[in-house]
Amino acid sequence: MQTTNDTSRRDFLKWSAFTAGGLVLGFKWADAEASTATVFSSTVAEAEVAMGHYLTVGTNGIVTIFSPNPELGQNIMTSFPMIVAEELDADWKQVKVVQAPLDNRFDRQLTGGSGAVPHSWPLLRKAGATARFMLIAAAAQRWGVPAAECTAEEGFVLHKASGKKLGYGELAEDAGKVPVPATVTLKDRKDFKLIGTAVKNVANKDILTGKPLYGLDFYREGMLYAMIQRPPAFGTKVQSFDATAAKAMPGIIDVVQVKNGVAVVGKSTWQVMKAKKALKITYEKSGNIESTADHDKIFIDLLNNGKATVRRKDGDVEAAFKDAAKVVKAEYQCPFISHSPLEPMNFFAHVKEGSVELVGPCQIPGSARTAVSKLLNIPEDKITLELTRLGGGFGRRLYNDYVVEAAEVSSLIKAPVKVIWSREDDMTGGTYRPAVRYRFEAALDASGNMTGYRLRGVGINSGNPTREHNFPSGAVENLLIESVEHQSPITTGAWRAPITNFLAYAEQSFIDEVAVAAGKDPVQFRLDLFEKAKAKPVGRMDYNVNRMIEVTKKVAERSGWGTKAGVIQGFSVYFSHRSYVAQVAEAVMEKGKPVIKKVYAVADCGQIVNLGGARQQVMGAIVDGMGHALFGKLSFKDGAAEQSNFHNYRLIRMKEIPQVDLHFVDSGFDPTGLGEPALPPTGGAVANAIFKATGKRLYQQPFMDSEVFGGSGKKTF
Amino acid sequence: MAIFKLTVNGKQQQVDVDADTPLLWVLRDSLHLVGTKYGCGMAQCGACTIHMGGNAVRSCILPISAVRQPITTIEGLSANGDHPVQQAWDEVDVPQCGYCQAGQMMTAAAFLKTTPHPTDEQIASAMHGNICRCGAYHRIHEAVKVASQKK
Repeated sequence: MQTTNDTSRRDFLKWSAFTAGGLVLGFKWADAEASTATVFSSTVAEAEVAMGHYLTVGTNGIVTIFSPNPELGQNIMTSFPMIVAEELDADWKQVKVVQAPLDNRFDRQLTGGSGAVPHSWPLLRKAGATARFMLIAAAAQRWGVPAAECTAEEGFVLHKASGKKLGYGELAEDAGKVPVPATVTLKDRKDFKLIGTAVKNVANKDILTGKPLYGLDFYREGMLYAMIQRPPAFGTKVQSFDATAAKAMPGIIDVVQVKNGVAVVGKSTWQVMKAKKALKITYEKSGNIESTADHDKIFIDLLNNGKATVRRKDGDVEAAFKDAAKVVKAEYQCPFISHSPLEPMNFFAHVKEGSVELVGPCQIPGSARTAVSKLLNIPEDKITLELTRLGGGFGRRLYNDYVVEAAEVSSLIKAPVKVIWSREDDMTGGTYRPAVRYRFEAALDASGNMTGYRLRGVGINSGNPTREHNFPSGAVENLLIESVEHQSPITTGAWRAPITNFLAYAEQSFIDEVAVAAGKDPVQFRLDLFEKAKAKPVGRMDYNVNRMIEVTKKVAERSGWGTKAGVIQGFSVYFSHRSYVAQVAEAVMEKGKPVIKKVYAVADCGQIVNLGGARQQVMGAIVDGMGHALFGKLSFKDGAAEQSNFHNYRLIRMKEIPQVDLHFVDSGFDPTGLGEPALPPTGGAVANAIFKATGKRLYQQPFMDSEVFGGSGKKTF
Repeated sequence: MAIFKLTVNGKQQQVDVDADTPLLWVLRDSLHLVGTKYGCGMAQCGACTIHMGGNAVRSCILPISAVRQPITTIEGLSANGDHPVQQAWDEVDVPQCGYCQAGQMMTAAAFLKTTPHPTDEQIASAMHGNICRCGAYHRIHEAVKVASQKK
């Protein structure tokens, strides 16, 4: 990690040592769809262009690849360079990966929406292929042979006819003088050597030996530490405060009021933590003070009387329900949950005269810079932002409140400072997955076909909590999807697989219930709907029905669906973030309670980049999805969160995880994203297995509150 | 504030801190050994696990005044990052975000000293106190097993 003041200068010097006279390539990252990424500079390692360039080939043969996107455990620092190295035919052992700072020349320098690889796939390939073209051209020129007769392999250019061979390092300088080609030929998938294999995390050595990688590890000589006491209840603000006792404590430098609280600044984390508790603050009401019990009533009211926004309408829904042989109706509700990445929020800021230096972990560094620029009225080009590794994100670090706070504190105390959130600050401080409630209704004809479908979603600061062009849209002639939102002072935000992290469970559980009501096998019931959508699609469909069918059939086959006597299984399939995942959960009863022992998963995320990383994403998402479905709950009393740390906010642990049988479908598509898509289906598969085991449908998360787990089973409807 | 002497990773150290300062913050803020992580501050997540006298201890609730035995942190678990647990963690390619892994490895290393040939159930029980928010438990479990088979 950099700890110097002048990051760009130092980085340039460091890298110019590698690249003096070598090949330096930078790419303007255009649209995801554009296959015409343009090279915006090349050949010379100049100070003003060296930073943030995508790749360099040094005269020593070292290929340096800058990884622009924030790394939070999705393994992007390994996957991105793999794509470049593949097309470059680099020797992976000679590849160095460096986290790039925020740089306008990178497009979409953010982590969110499972979008990095799908977006950058063509651009990264082109970057590698362009460098390869130039290295081959340099070799061909030196040997006086046609470039077409040369090939590249593991860091060498070869002329097989004459047996000539030169390393990339020996060619780098000449390659830098080759005109950049307008177009290059990309490899055929069948020729991939690196892509699709399991490559270890490039940061393993540093992680496993405790190197300072994360924002919380960042240290600068003379830096101060700060913590902020924010209002404990949403809907309140600071009225006045008395910092006399806090200021008298050892190591405390200052106490200042900031927009959202009172900041204690001192010489060490512990001293600041203690002094924060000594603050005497009076709060006053600034908005509605709400409790979970209020939200339960609000949900019912909005479902019955709310003025809904129609999101999608197909056919004649009223008539379908009027004519139905059978109507199935159910409501599902989830609570707020906290992201709780294990590294709490933190950021370093040094506001100087007319410029700002920012260092830390965030998912959208560009927005963080914009927000700081607005707060301090300092132009964006006077603000630098260096990214550290993120100790998890899950969506929390898409929001830059903690970055802005750090800049605010630094500007007030006129010193470099790191603002740190305690776990309690993090858990009680907002930006939660919104609480949502759904009402589903299905109309069945006499043969058990679903002829009508209604979904009304209501949520607390949830925006549109439906995904109206996902399944079952397209498969039902008469359909109505609408939503209503309640505005609350409780702050909410995107949580891994936003909306679908709960919607998928609710919908897949409901479809299961409809299948049972129709007297059909739950898997076959869905396959029939998919076939219907394929043969006669109704309106817009954001999903590819063939890919839905494929993962469904494959997971049924691998899990032995319906063929294993005495085995209790639940099925779920979901499309999100461009990818498709089907799951079968297996339950057993132990001491009268259901236990999920195994989950079969089949995923179609298009081309796999790093098989090792891909397996991590799916298995981790299943653990995450099951953990939050079983345990995740953040409730409110008089505006304040009732849970504050891991003693009363339960996260899944090792003894509670199922075995996972994982298979990837090779669908031939380009990569379609994998950071999130395996999470949404898990809750549904688990709930459907528990239904089969106990005969009880689970209509609320967390499942632990249900009677089947010995909970109160209190229903709010 | 008072002067406290302690041995960390074989080295004598002296710090001037409040007596109630948890060892975690002494390591991180005073000694700049930041491999030991802060996750919860109440011994719930295990990210701050270190060894005191060879035993796995949660440093976030251990006041400096109670430190009587030598301390080992992730930085001192091995000289070259090649403790069997570190090797196994790399071979199995465990880390996702990686933040909890120092604590996971310190727990595993202490566990394997007392239980060199653990069963799957023993591994799960021993590691149950360490939270991995990325859900990398399958690989953590496998890596403990791999580490137990080394040497």
